[in-house]
Amino acid sequence: MSKDMNSQAGGAAKEGKIIGGYLVPNKPHALLAPEKSPGWQSLHDSYAKVREEIEASDADLLILFSTRWVSIIGHQIQADPTPEYWVVDEDFHELGTMHYKLRMNPEFAETYQQCATERGLHARTVAYHGFPIDVGSIAALQLLNPDNRIPACIVSCNVYSDRAETLVLGKAALDAVKKSGRKAIVVGVSALSNRMFTEFIDPASDHIHSLKDDEWNRKLLELLEAGRLEDVSQLSREFSRQANGDSKLKAIWWMAAAMGQNNDYRGTVFDYQAVWGTGAALVGLVPSPGAGGGLEYDEDDSNYFHGDRNVIATAAKADKTDKKS
Amino acid sequence: MRGCLAPHPPHLAYASNPPQNEPKSSGAGAWTALLEGYESLRKSLEDGDFDVIIVHTPHWKTRRGHHLLGVEHFEGLSVDPIFPNLFRFNFDLQVDVELAEAIHAEGEKQGLVMSMMRNPEFRVDYGTITSCYLAQPDFKLPIVAISSARSYFDYSNEVGEREMLALGEATRIAVEKTGRRALLLASCSLSHRHFTEEPADPEDPEFEYIYNANQAKWDRHILDLIESGRNRQILDEMPDFIEQSVSECKDGSFTWLLGAMEVPELPGKVHGYGTVIGTGNAVVEWRLDEQAVQA
Repeated sequence: MSKDMNSQAGGAAKEGKIIGGYLVPNKPHALLAPEKSPGWQSLHDSYAKVREEIEASDADLLILFSTRWVSIIGHQIQADPTPEYWVVDEDFHELGTMHYKLRMNPEFAETYQQCATERGLHARTVAYHGFPIDVGSIAALQLLNPDNRIPACIVSCNVYSDRAETLVLGKAALDAVKKSGRKAIVVGVSALSNRMFTEFIDPASDHIHSLKDDEWNRKLLELLEAGRLEDVSQLSREFSRQANGDSKLKAIWWMAAAMGQNNDYRGTVFDYQAVWGTGAALVGLVPSPGAGGGLEYDEDDSNYFHGDRNVIATAAKADKTDKKS
Repeated sequence: MRGCLAPHPPHLAYASNPPQNEPKSSGAGAWTALLEGYESLRKSLEDGDFDVIIVHTPHWKTRRGHHLLGVEHFEGLSVDPIFPNLFRFNFDLQVDVELAEAIHAEGEKQGLVMSMMRNPEFRVDYGTITSCYLAQPDFKLPIVAISSARSYFDYSNEVGEREMLALGEATRIAVEKTGRRALLLASCSLSHRHFTEEPADPEDPEFEYIYNANQAKWDRHILDLIESGRNRQILDEMPDFIEQSVSECKDGSFTWLLGAMEVPELPGKVHGYGTVIGTGNAVVEWRLDEQAVQA
C-alpha cells in the first residue's frame, strides 16, 4: 500500500472521486505570447475563467494526460515532487523559454502506477532531475494552477496505444483516485483538429486550417457542451480520420474512461480558437447525474490490457525452434 | 563529404558507459552488434580529416519547415523523455553556425521553409547527441543539426521524399560553397516498431530481437540494396518501406543523406546491424571521397 493510500488510514478510508474534467490546448501560445494574436489572447483570458472554476472547487489533485509527452515503453507517470527546469518548444522556439517549478504528488503517482499494473498495463514512475516536462503540461499547469496550490500528476501518451489500452489507462486513473481518497480533476491536454500551417504565418491572422476541420471541431464542441463526453469518445476515430485529430483524440478516450463512460455532465465550452491552424478549445465537464442522453456504443470496452509482447515472443520462440530443427 | 547511417538509440550511449551519462549499464550485451558496428565506423572515419559533422535528426520534430541550430555553443543535461532511465547525458558541443546559415539560405533557394533556431536555452535533442557521440565520442568537431520537418506526416511520403531530396541538395551546395569537409549523419533506424515493455535489465539479450519477421525481411532487403549500391532503388521503394515496416525513414534522414550524396551508385559499407527494443538499426558508411579518387 502506498503512502497516499496510507494517508487515509487511521479511520475508515474515504473513497476518492473525480469531480470534474477539462480539455485544454496542447500548445504554449496562450502562455508565452497571447498578445500576438486575438485568438491566443482570448484563450489566455478564458484560462482565467477555468482557473476560477477549479479554485472554487475543492479539488486536491490535478491529473493530466498530455499528448505532448510521448512514451514508447508503456505509460510513464511523473513522480518528481518538485520538477524544476526549463524547456523550449522544439518548433516555436522563438516564443521563448518556459521555466517551470511544479508541484507533483509522488504518492499518487505510485498509486496510479500500481493501479495501471493491476490492469495489465506496463507503467512506471519517473523522477529525474532535468527531465523535460512537456510544453503542453507546463502551459496547462502554469495557466490553471499558477501557484501550485493543487498538486498534480502527469501521465504520458503512448505512441502505440490505441483505444482499448487508453481506456484501461483512464480506468486505472479512476481506480487510483478512489484508492487515494482524493478529489481529483482530470485534464486532457490535447488539440482537437491538428492540421497546422506548415509555414510561418502572421499570428494575428491565425485561423483554423480548413473549414472542414472547423466544422468537425464545432460538432465535437456542441456535443461536449451538452455533456456528452462518452458520445465524443465513441466518435473520436471518425473525428480523427476526418479532421486529423490530435493523437487519435486519446486524451478524450482517457478522460471519458476516467470519468465513468457516460454522458452525464454539465458541459461548458469556455473558448475555441485556432493555434497555428489547429483547434484549441477550453472545455469543462462537471458530473451532473441525469443530464445526458442515451448511449449508443459502437466501440468495444476494455477493462484489462493483455499486451502484445507475448504474441511476438511466441513467434520468436517458434522461429528459434524452427531453426534448431 | 562522407555519409553515414548513424542510428541514435540512447541504449547504445547507455551501454557504452561514458562519463557524461549518469545511468550505468550492466554490460549484459544486448546491443553488441551495433556497438561493434559503431566501433568499426569510428576506425574507418579516422582518415576523414573532417571540419564538421552534419546530422539530420528525427528527434527534433518541426512542423514549420526545416530548422537548424543557430547558436555557437550548447551545453547542459539532456534527459530522454522516453528512456529517462537510460539517457541523462551531460553534453557540450559547438555548432558551425556559418555552415548552418548557408544550408538555410540554400534551402530557401530550393523553395523550402527554413528557420534558424536562435534560443540559447534550447535543449539539443537526444538523437543528435547520441549519433554525434557514437560517431565522435570526444565531440571535438563542431556540428550542424537539422530538424525533421513533418512533411511526410502532414502531407504524404511522396511530398516528404521530394522535400528531403531538395534539403539534401541544399546541404551539398552549402558544404561546397563554404569549402567544408563534412561528415553527414542520418540519425535514423530502418524498421522502427518498438516493443512497449522493457525487461528489468534493459540490456538483457533474451529480450532483444526484431519486432517481427516482416520488419526483418524489409531491413535485410534494404541492406542488400545498400551493399549493392542500388541507392536509387531504395528511393523508389522508400514510400512502401516506410509504410510496411513503420520505418523511421519517415522522418526523412535517410533520404536527406542520399540526396546530399547525389544518390551515388556506390555500395555502402555496413559496419553493423542489430535491434534495439525491436527496431532495426544499421551503421552504414558511404565513402564518397574514395569514389571521387577512383573517378
